[in-house]
Amino acid sequence: MAYFDAASTHPLHPAAREALLAALDTGGADPARLYGSARRARLLLDQARAEAAEIIGARPEELSFTSSGTQAVHLGVLGTLLGRRRAGRRLVTGAVEHSSVLQAGERHRRDGGTVDVVGVSRTGRVDPGEFARAVAREGTALACLQTANHEVGTLQPVQEAAEACGEAGVPLLVDAAQTAGRLPVPPGWSVLTASAHKWGGPAGVGLLAVRKGTRWSSPLPEDERERRRVPGFENVPAVVAAVAALRAGVAEAREENARLSGLVDRIRREVPRLVPDVEVVGDPVERAPHITTFSCLYVPGEAILTELDKAGFAVSSGSSCTASTLRPSHVLEAMGVLTHGNVRVSLPRGASGAEVDRFLAVLPGVVRRIRESVGVGS
Amino acid sequence: MTVRRRKTETPAQAPAEKTPAPPVALTIDALGLKCPIPIIMLAAQINDVPLNATVAVLADDPAAFTDVPAWCRLKSHQHVASYDLPQGGWAIHVRRNY
Repeated sequence: MAYFDAASTHPLHPAAREALLAALDTGGADPARLYGSARRARLLLDQARAEAAEIIGARPEELSFTSSGTQAVHLGVLGTLLGRRRAGRRLVTGAVEHSSVLQAGERHRRDGGTVDVVGVSRTGRVDPGEFARAVAREGTALACLQTANHEVGTLQPVQEAAEACGEAGVPLLVDAAQTAGRLPVPPGWSVLTASAHKWGGPAGVGLLAVRKGTRWSSPLPEDERERRRVPGFENVPAVVAAVAALRAGVAEAREENARLSGLVDRIRREVPRLVPDVEVVGDPVERAPHITTFSCLYVPGEAILTELDKAGFAVSSGSSCTASTLRPSHVLEAMGVLTHGNVRVSLPRGASGAEVDRFLAVLPGVVRRIRESVGVGS
Repeated sequence: MTVRRRKTETPAQAPAEKTPAPPVALTIDALGLKCPIPIIMLAAQINDVPLNATVAVLADDPAAFTDVPAWCRLKSHQHVASYDLPQGGWAIHVRRNY
C-alpha cells in the first residue's frame, strides 16, 4: 500500500516511536508533583516545551500543549475572542480555513459575534488586500489565517496578513497545521496552532502558542495545567514523542521538501497529460511541498477512492459522499473548482519516486473504467 | 445575517440570482441527482441546442452549483447565471459556445 494521505495524518516518525517508548517508562508521573519521578516528568515536559518553542519561534512560557490541533484552534480562537471582547466581536477568517477554525467561528456567531469570511482566488489564496481591509474594520477582535491549505496546498499570504494585523492592532492566529515541521513558521503571529500527528508525532498532541501581551482568556473552565490555558493532565510521553518528531522533521526538511516537491511537480505535470478532462487545482508554485489535488470530470469521488484503494493507494478526496458530509469540500467550493472526482495526494516523508510512478501508471485506467461505467467514453 | 462573504477582486464563486430565470432552448431536469450525473447529462445534451443557445440544468445537489460553472470553464462554454429555484436548488444556465 502506498500511503499518500499525509495531510490527514502522517505516519509516526521513527524518532517519535523511539522517544515515546522511552518516555512511557520515565515520563508517566504527574509533572505537577514534587517526588523524583514527578520531577523527571516535569523535566521531560519542560525540555520538550523549550525545544518546540525554539523551533516555532516562541518563548517557552508562551507555548502550551493541547490534546489535539483542533483543540488548539478552538482554544486559540475562542480564548482570544473572549480576551478581546472589549475590543469588538468581529472575527475575520479566510474562506478555506480548516473546519476547526470555521466551527469555532460558527460558535462565536451563535454567541452573538460576527464572522467576516474573506474569499479566495481560483488557486485558493486569500486576497491580501481584502484581508487587510477586513482586519482594519472597527471592532475586529481576531483574524485567522492558515499557513497552507490542507486540501490544495496553496500557501497563504501570512506575512502580508501579519503586517496588516500589526497596523490595525489586531491579533493574528496562524494555523500552521500543514507546515509545522516542514517549513519555517512565518513571524508576526499572535496565536499559533499546530498538530503533532501532521508532522509525524503521535495523535493527541497539539501546539497552542499565545504571544506575550496578547489578551487571552480561557473559554473553558480553567485548571492549573499548561499555564491555565489547557485543562487536563498532560500526556508527557506523547508530548516528548511529538517534539522528537518535530526536531527530526525540521532537520530533514530542506532535503525532503525539495524531493517531495519534485514528486508533486511530476504528478501535477503528468496527470493532465495522461488523463483527459482533469483539472489540477491549487497554486503550482506557492504551495506546501507535499500536497496536490486534482479533479476528474464525470467521475464520482467515492468511486475513484475505492478503485485507488484496490490498486494499493491511500488518498483522500474533497468530493461529497466521500466523507461524513453530503456537501463537497468548502475549500473547493470557495475556489470555484470542480468538486466531483476529486483526489488529494499528500506525500509523507520517504514517499518514493517508484510509488509515484506506479500511481501515474494506474490512474489513467482507473479513471477510464469509472467513466465507462457511468456511460462516458474518453 | 452575521456571516458576510466578501467579494475578492477575482470572485471564484458568483452568488445565485434571486430573479426568475429567463426562457431557454433546453431544460435538463437533474433534480435529486448527485454529481457528477448532472454534469454528465449536460455534456451529453449541450450539442442538442443551436450555437449560442442556452441550456438550463435544474439541480439541487450542492456540488452542482460549483461544478456546472467549473465544467463550463474547463469546456469553454459560458456559464450565464444560476437562479434560485422556489422549491430549492438552482436553474444553472449555460450557453453553448461551439
